[in-house]
Amino acid sequence: MKKAALKTALGALAFVASGAFADEDASLVINGEIEIVTETAAAAHLDGALKTVYSGWVFRSDETQAMQADDFDNPGMLAVESAMATWATAEGTNGKSCADCHGDASETMTEVRATYPKWNEKAGELRTLGQQINACRETEMGAEPYKTDSAELLAMEALISSVGRGTTINVAIDGPVADIWAQGKELYYTRTGQLDLSCASCHEQNYGNMIRADHLSQGQINGFPTYRLNNAALNGVQGRFKGCVRDTRAETYAPNSPEFIALELYVASRGNGLSVEGPSVRN
Amino acid sequence: MKRIIQIAVGLSLAATVGAAEVAPEAVEYSEYGEVAVSLSGTAGDPQNGIKVMTTRSKGNCIACHQVTDLQDYPFHGEVGPSLDGTGSRWEEAQLRGIVANAKHTFPDTVMPAFYKTTGFTRPGDAFTGKAGTEPLPPLLTAQEIEDVVAYLVTLKD
Ligand code: HEC
Ligand code: HEC
Repeated sequence: MKKAALKTALGALAFVASGAFADEDASLVINGEIEIVTETAAAAHLDGALKTVYSGWVFRSDETQAMQADDFDNPGMLAVESAMATWATAEGTNGKSCADCHGDASETMTEVRATYPKWNEKAGELRTLGQQINACRETEMGAEPYKTDSAELLAMEALISSVGRGTTINVAIDGPVADIWAQGKELYYTRTGQLDLSCASCHEQNYGNMIRADHLSQGQINGFPTYRLNNAALNGVQGRFKGCVRDTRAETYAPNSPEFIALELYVASRGNGLSVEGPSVRN
Repeated sequence: MKRIIQIAVGLSLAATVGAAEVAPEAVEYSEYGEVAVSLSGTAGDPQNGIKVMTTRSKGNCIACHQVTDLQDYPFHGEVGPSLDGTGSRWEEAQLRGIVANAKHTFPDTVMPAFYKTTGFTRPGDAFTGKAGTEPLPPLLTAQEIEDVVAYLVTLKD
């Protein structure tokens, strides 16, 4: 009962806040020191599609926005803490921890999140951050890979994101990934399902508009993993894609399918110029 | 004897529905997207039209459209234009065409087709995320569309 009442209250708040329109000049500074770019000129490849790109943070209610400005109020930071312990714990047949190879994450991992998904030259494949974490576990540690979108994997992604907060998203779209990027772009604009909607129908043509009780954002992924108040957990990028595709009454793709990896690369590149924000807070 | 009557009644019911109802694939749209003939053959009920428009699992029209007359129902969207005065702007045949398949009237619109069963990309089984098999059931029945249209024509400036 309590939970339902709280949810309704939150829903009503969100509606009022966004109906009145978010404070245009609101800016996000985390812990009073990490400055986050939540609005900037769109990357050149978005010419003709978008002039300005916005973080999803801009479209959330004042209350939700405030939770992300202080690590003590950001429930996603609890997962970061637990991942810090995992980082230093030896696992697998090689008896190694992440720290054995990578030292202090807050020094060695700061530039990572901003460039993923990224081409791995040695393996000859494009990897999401989650896939790279699992590649380390399997090849370097001799440990079992984490399950896709499992709490452990999302917590580790949250740790690596958190130490990169404030760095500028700069995902490469040319060279060996050019074809995959083009496939992702095609998927972004393909209308699917019985409702016949594409990502662009909602997140390019209608960001800033209300769709029922939701204030539509640009569907950027610079804030992932996101802690959602809706399900009180960290959420991964491709899980979110799956939910959005399902909502068009379509057959979804599976997380880690070639299609969703391509789509993740493309959507990540639409955020080039924004800051790394994860773990962010969303509703 | 009783059984025979039941079967006979069942048959004749099926026959009247079959004769009057226009199947989704058989709807005739004019060049401008109008549908002149009633889809169900039965006059629409505007009260039920309101229910269809405001119910999430039915038309869910207010998810995208603001309607002042329906302000008692929460959460009106802004993706489509306000439907205030829509009955003054459009004829009944136009409204029927827009609700059945708005793409005949507005070619690239994001408004879903509510009376269409085939020709989708990656059609799903409702909101399960699993594959669906065409023909899918239309989002609204012929009668529900007539009910919505009967309500829309009452929205005068
Ligand atoms: C029917 C409308 C609709 C469609 C189509 C849609 N989305 Fe969404 N999406 C939403 C809504 C509503 C939300 C929650 C509010 C928001 O952040 O925009 C959301 C949220 C998101 C988020 C979270 C943003 C954040 O800041 O946390 C991402 C990422 C996203 N969508 C990506 C996509 C992609 C990629 C596609 C296409 C595969 C897609 N969406 C298709 C409605 C849609
Ligand atoms: C996903 C969004 C969406 C949904 C759901 C939706 N519409 Fe629309 N509708 C639109 C858009 C967008 C337009 C504007 C047409 C265009 O694209 O130019 C529109 C146009 C219309 C118009 C013409 C309005 C005018 O005055 O020009 C009517 C009437 C209408 N819709 C009725 C409905 C009804 C009734 C339902 C539900 C059974 C519905 N719509 C559901 C998005 C939607």
